[in-house]
Amino acid sequence: MLTHIATFESGRSRAEQVPLITTICTRNNMNETELRNPRVSQLDLFLAFSRISLSSFGGAIFWARRELVERQRWFSEREFVDVYTLGQLLPGPNVLNLTVIVGHRFAGWTGAAAGVAGFLGWPCLMVVGMGVLYQHYGALPYVQQALTGMSSVAAGLLLATVIKLATVLPRHWRPWLFGVLAFVAVGIMRWPLLWVMGALAPWAVFAAWKEPE
Amino acid sequence: MDRLDLAGLFVHFLILWFIAIGGPSTILPDIHRYLVEVHHLLTNAEFVEIYTLAQVAPGPNAMYVTLIGWHLAGWKGVAATTIPLLVPAATLTLLVGHLNERYPNARAARAVRRGLMPITIGLVFASATILMRAVNHDWRGYLITLLTVAVVLRKPWNPLWLFGAGALAGIAGFV
Repeated sequence: MLTHIATFESGRSRAEQVPLITTICTRNNMNETELRNPRVSQLDLFLAFSRISLSSFGGAIFWARRELVERQRWFSEREFVDVYTLGQLLPGPNVLNLTVIVGHRFAGWTGAAAGVAGFLGWPCLMVVGMGVLYQHYGALPYVQQALTGMSSVAAGLLLATVIKLATVLPRHWRPWLFGVLAFVAVGIMRWPLLWVMGALAPWAVFAAWKEPE
Repeated sequence: MDRLDLAGLFVHFLILWFIAIGGPSTILPDIHRYLVEVHHLLTNAEFVEIYTLAQVAPGPNAMYVTLIGWHLAGWKGVAATTIPLLVPAATLTLLVGHLNERYPNARAARAVRRGLMPITIGLVFASATILMRAVNHDWRGYLITLLTVAVVLRKPWNPLWLFGAGALAGIAGFV
């Protein structure tokens, strides 16, 4: 669940060597490459993404690779990295974006819908089930104590993710400056994220664009 | 507590998901600001507990927004917070799909990733500090948080074990 961010960077370094965003573009010339052209139905997509979703305690991306590359063999390793990298460039949960891309690629928009239904439907029901329990029993002393302890752990997991990510930042002042600015603006000043991103993101991307290789 | 404005909630989440490059943890500070600080729809403690519960469920960790929606307004709330999550993914994938003939410039894609990476880190750090301040009232809470960090950085254990340990520490009266 938290490791999707931690794989942000590993996805990047491997993807440097492969042409980006090629997978979605080569949908039409799949038969040229003749790597594989599996017949995948909406039901297959629904079932595959249900399995990914229901097994993904602690990071959906791990289970997505296992299901799509190893089990179903719909993708080669490299195609999977390509699709995943594209999912990371788009906003929103990375594996959800991957679901839309994969579903759309194999079975059009109904395929994307089937994949998303499998991927989000079950967790949605489970989370609502937790919501019901929380509303009934959330105020009990033992439940409160357990939740407090677990929340301290949740904060630690997020902090560990940040530390892992920060170790791969280049040793250069500029990325660190952007990171600190984003933290201060959103975490301390509590400014709306939209304004902060509107001010910082174009500047950061432009700086990275200008940067020599 | 403010009166709940579901349409406003929907629009706010929609905007957030369009700028959530880097994943669902990057928009946590703004969701907290909107719900807890500006509109007082949730208390600080409720916000953290709901976030934590969603982390224990299977599926993407973005599902904390669904649980927030359920807590606020039942199924209508689920729709108001969960549908926005799908919109950017679907529309942008359509957009990228239409750019089929033109191969996107790899340099541009790299610049976006490199440029936004540090901002993502800053935002996730902001999320972590907001959770810590909301849940940890004294040194014992911070000790559990720091122990979690130490374990995660050293051992590839499933986070569920850590949540279990945290729950036991809580029930034992440590926090």
